[in-house]
Amino acid sequence: MALPTYASPLERVWYYTYRVICVLIFVFLISPILVVIPLSFNAEPYFTFTERMLTFDPDGYSTRWYDALLTLGHPNADGPRDSLWWSQVWERATWVQAAKNSFWVGLWATILATTLGTIAALGLSRPEMPYRRLIMALLISPMIVPIIIIAVGMSFFYAQACVPPGGALESTVGLFLSEKGCLANSHLGVIVAHAVLGIPFVIITVTATLSGFDQSLIRAAQSMGANPRTVFFKVIMPLILPGVISGALFAFVTSFDEVVAVLFIAGPDQQTIPRQMFNGIREAISPAILAVATILVVISTLLLATVELLRRRSDRLRGVTGR
Amino acid sequence: MAEATPTLLTTADGRPLKAALAEAQVRAKRRAFLLVLPLLAFVLLTFLVPIGYMLKRSFEHDGFANSAPALRAWFAENPGFDPADPPEAAYAALVDDLARMQVERTTGIAGTRVNYSVSGTISLFKAGARAAADLQPPFKEALLAADAKWGSPALWRGMESASHVYTPEFYLVAADRKLTDEGWARGEDKERIYLYLFFKTFLISGIITVLCLLLAFPVAHLLATLPMAKSALLMILVLLPFWTSLLVRTTSWIVLLQEQGVVNNMLVAMGLVDDKGRLSMMYNMTGTIVAMTHVLLPFMILPLYSVMKVIPPSYARAARSLGATSWTTFRRVYLPQTLPGIAAGSLLVFILAVGYYITPALVGGADGQLISNLIAFHMSKSNWSLAAAIAAMLLAAILALYWIYDRLVGIDRLKFG
Repeated sequence: MALPTYASPLERVWYYTYRVICVLIFVFLISPILVVIPLSFNAEPYFTFTERMLTFDPDGYSTRWYDALLTLGHPNADGPRDSLWWSQVWERATWVQAAKNSFWVGLWATILATTLGTIAALGLSRPEMPYRRLIMALLISPMIVPIIIIAVGMSFFYAQACVPPGGALESTVGLFLSEKGCLANSHLGVIVAHAVLGIPFVIITVTATLSGFDQSLIRAAQSMGANPRTVFFKVIMPLILPGVISGALFAFVTSFDEVVAVLFIAGPDQQTIPRQMFNGIREAISPAILAVATILVVISTLLLATVELLRRRSDRLRGVTGR
Repeated sequence: MAEATPTLLTTADGRPLKAALAEAQVRAKRRAFLLVLPLLAFVLLTFLVPIGYMLKRSFEHDGFANSAPALRAWFAENPGFDPADPPEAAYAALVDDLARMQVERTTGIAGTRVNYSVSGTISLFKAGARAAADLQPPFKEALLAADAKWGSPALWRGMESASHVYTPEFYLVAADRKLTDEGWARGEDKERIYLYLFFKTFLISGIITVLCLLLAFPVAHLLATLPMAKSALLMILVLLPFWTSLLVRTTSWIVLLQEQGVVNNMLVAMGLVDDKGRLSMMYNMTGTIVAMTHVLLPFMILPLYSVMKVIPPSYARAARSLGATSWTTFRRVYLPQTLPGIAAGSLLVFILAVGYYITPALVGGADGQLISNLIAFHMSKSNWSLAAAIAAMLLAAILALYWIYDRLVGIDRLKFG
């Protein structure tokens, strides 16, 4: 969008003003994310730049808040850092536990949402699918309905969703439920809730990938004698894989970032990173939170890069040029 | 042309083609539906059933009905009683129930149930239950002597209403109605918090939507008109916030805007603000609006961008060559073409803003709370039915907006990045 040669002086002024406005908006978008990174290396327990930080004095910076992530909840925080100390970090440190919980819940929720979502997207993108619009609206609605409403509904339902004690169900399904045999306060409950929240993202990305999918490829494969399994794994899957992976990453991020459902349906054993952060911000905000935030920013940058690369690959495969 | 003889087209095995085709279509339909079925069942069970449970809960409260069986029976037998002057039998049933509540320790839950519509009932019930065992007949005089409030028609109306397990009462309460001596009426001004909060939530969401639109429009336009390589680079600046944890972004705004925060320190250092006159931009409405605008901005930029991307620049050039000023070109030619994007982005941002919980809870302070926070508050106070009723009202509003979105934009046009 270069300035045309016939532009009047007023238009020239506007052109540069417009550029400045855009730069300011980009600053607004990005500065909150960048500001936490240097502050997480603050040597003082403050949330603002100290004088020593501004003069780039090395003493003004430290990694003490990253260290605090390992020692919070550690039974022997000041002890010598031998292998026992590190194994206790792995077993006991509060933030490490939260990270492990977040990771496992996110992984299972992603697997559940991606598997069910991809299969459903295959059906939804067939032209003969009945009630397509209605079903699509229903499957997308977990993204639109406020999370607080979903959480309230689930907290009522999960408290009732219990297996009868002593039955055959309890010895099988009960393993995944809470001590009382209910979905409330159980890992399974959180996983299921997060899977529901991730499903819209999988549906949207996979149906978008399938919209450019040439259905005649399936018929071609079938006419050459491929059975449905071969068609799926050798023809469909390689072509839609980038979309499936993007959807899975979206679902994982949704779960990894979700706190409201966890607050309402999870017990003390399901402490996740966002829940720990939420409580930390509410009670006494310590710069250790900024250290966590910095780590999360790094993770989300990596995820974004992955998704972008996948999207370009998918566009190339489908013969779509440009964005 | 010869007269068309209606020869029936058949398939190779001799069946009529029409029937074979219809059969194949039914089979294809069934196959497509079977693919969707597992997910549909999963979503029904884990999403729709809980919401159905919540709706049921919003009509249901057995706190009083279960702990006052005698009164419940009496109300069932005397549907047309005069709440201004209930007979001795009603008072006898009441005293009987109060004594039972004291033994079974259900005074609190029964009082709370009636208290939703008639305030001051919890303390009244507690005092009554403590004294009930020692009261002598006639109970009417005895109770009224203990506290004249026992004769209040509003209380008797409230107890009659509370003796039903299923009731629309919580919706009336959530619409700021109270039981008075004459029946349901609008509560006093200072008690009318729920509808006011609904109104405030919609107003704030509207402000946030407008702010997002104002900020998103120039950026989306720039991204859509820059050469691909540059715009892809700038797009990362839009997508990175989108991918960053909501809690991280909220924390950042606390760091930036609090009184000892980065922005205030900069303003003081630059001498724009006195050290004592630091701006309070956090833990109030300003904090909620700024942080939520930032969080929701990508949801406005992305739909706008995808619409602007496909607007051919030749229209604007044609308008200019026909003598339109740049302002007229923008207003009469460019802006109308971006309307689908504006509608899509605005509706999405508004829908998401109306139900927001985390950001107002963390940065809103006392003043910047929205309707979601009120639902969470009532959940934490165990006012489950009232929380469910408010949530159901919010849900109805969201579904109406969602329906409009589907009509106007179409949900299959939703995309990310």
